[in-house]
Amino acid sequence: MQALLENWPLWLQGMWMTLLLTGATTLFGLPIGILLAGMRVSPVAALRVVATVWTEVARNTPLTLVFFFTAFVLPKLGLILDFQIGAIIALTYYTSAFFAEAVRSGINSVPIGQAEASRSIGLTFGQTMSLVVLPQAFRSVLPPLINVVIALIKNSSVAMGFFVFVLVSVAHRLSNTYGDQALQIFVGIAFSYLILTVPLGQLVDHLERKWSVQR
Amino acid sequence: MSGSVLFDAPGPNAIRRSRILSIVFAVAAVAALGLGIYQLWLGGAFYQDRWDIFLTPELWFGARGLMVGLRTTLTIAAIGAVGALILGVIFSILRSAPSKWVRVPVTIVLEFFRGMPVLLMMLFILIVFSTGAYWAVVWALIVYNGAIIGEALRAGMKSLPKGQRESGLAIGLTPLRTTLLIELPQAFRIMLPIILAQLIVLLKDTSLGYIVGSPEIIRIGRQLVDFYDRQGGPYALSMFFVMLAIFLAINITLSWLVRVLARRMAQPRRGGPNLDGTKTEAIPVSTQAMREVKDPQAEITRLPGAGMGGQG
Repeated sequence: MQALLENWPLWLQGMWMTLLLTGATTLFGLPIGILLAGMRVSPVAALRVVATVWTEVARNTPLTLVFFFTAFVLPKLGLILDFQIGAIIALTYYTSAFFAEAVRSGINSVPIGQAEASRSIGLTFGQTMSLVVLPQAFRSVLPPLINVVIALIKNSSVAMGFFVFVLVSVAHRLSNTYGDQALQIFVGIAFSYLILTVPLGQLVDHLERKWSVQR
Repeated sequence: MSGSVLFDAPGPNAIRRSRILSIVFAVAAVAALGLGIYQLWLGGAFYQDRWDIFLTPELWFGARGLMVGLRTTLTIAAIGAVGALILGVIFSILRSAPSKWVRVPVTIVLEFFRGMPVLLMMLFILIVFSTGAYWAVVWALIVYNGAIIGEALRAGMKSLPKGQRESGLAIGLTPLRTTLLIELPQAFRIMLPIILAQLIVLLKDTSLGYIVGSPEIIRIGRQLVDFYDRQGGPYALSMFFVMLAIFLAINITLSWLVRVLARRMAQPRRGGPNLDGTKTEAIPVSTQAMREVKDPQAEITRLPGAGMGGQG
């Protein structure tokens, strides 16, 4: 623990980068995810196909391979990015699919009668979605969305392998320097992740209890 | 709710409009794709000299070839899956132990395991236990996914009606045997789609070995790119496409299998005959629960902390 305390600027740097990656990815990935979810239930077939292909491919590709693309392939194509920007792009692409799935499962959780009722009083697709389905879906969608963010915090650690200095990199570097304190360093970094993920998990539990719609 | 309720069965006008929109959008999408491909073509991505290396058997089957990497990936995933299932069962039993002295520490430890990135656990095992990269990956995957599967099994057991456990105890089974013989099999069935989806995540997570240094497919791919780049054209893009194709083929097949299995298991499976020999109408609890799981991979985000893809 000594090593970690002595090197607090390093820890702060890793923590900052982890938060930055998470924040930026949520900022860009969530709108894309909502858009994809909307496309998947839309009447236009071409939109459905594109959204389905996007989510299926992103969900079934290992994140490491996506990072491989932004870190090693893009520069060869002449697009030289900052490694941090590349990490944000990779995480955004990967996470957008999971945001989309969370939103879609929220839309699907609204009972069919709600949509039928609003259709039968003559609302259009857009009105049905924006006035009836989405406001109700929002409640059931928020907990899974936060779960995606929790996973995103953990996923941002993959950036370490691609030249971005995140929290895991702190553990790696310090344990190389202070070999005798490796155990404490790793436990310390694990707790650093837990102070991010556990409160969010508690929030999910709380929201699920408070917001579960009794039907 | 199926998408089709959201809009009317389209009339002639709507069909025309939707078709026009579809075509406009499809043209736009194809144009964007075409532009991308054209750019790649300008950059020479489709010249034969970017792909010729894939004709050399050495690249696939050599001592450090792609197939060797793929085999490592699959072996790690297989060992990890078996280990995680066993550990998951043990965790779920301990987690619902009657004694507070067992239950509380196990709960805390599980929360600890699930809250940190697998990559951190891999590095931890690698450096503190000096197991070598291969076993660090295997052990981290077993512990992390074991914690998640254990939590899933516990959630499954909790969702069973109280009567299941009570009747088990009433016919004289010990609490442990009630858990093993009555609760766990049903919980396993209910959670099967989620557990299988998690095992696919485990397969994707083996690629984290790239960072730790275990010789799985992406690491081998990178080494091959470095090796062949010294003899000519940049091969990173073509290697990326090949690896993407391999992963998509494996994962989409497995996801599809999981979905088929989930649907089949949600078929009404009637219990045995009644005492008078007539067919019973009862549907097992676990079958009812299975019907509610529509998309196992989406469902996994609902499991607290399980996250969507853990890693990679």
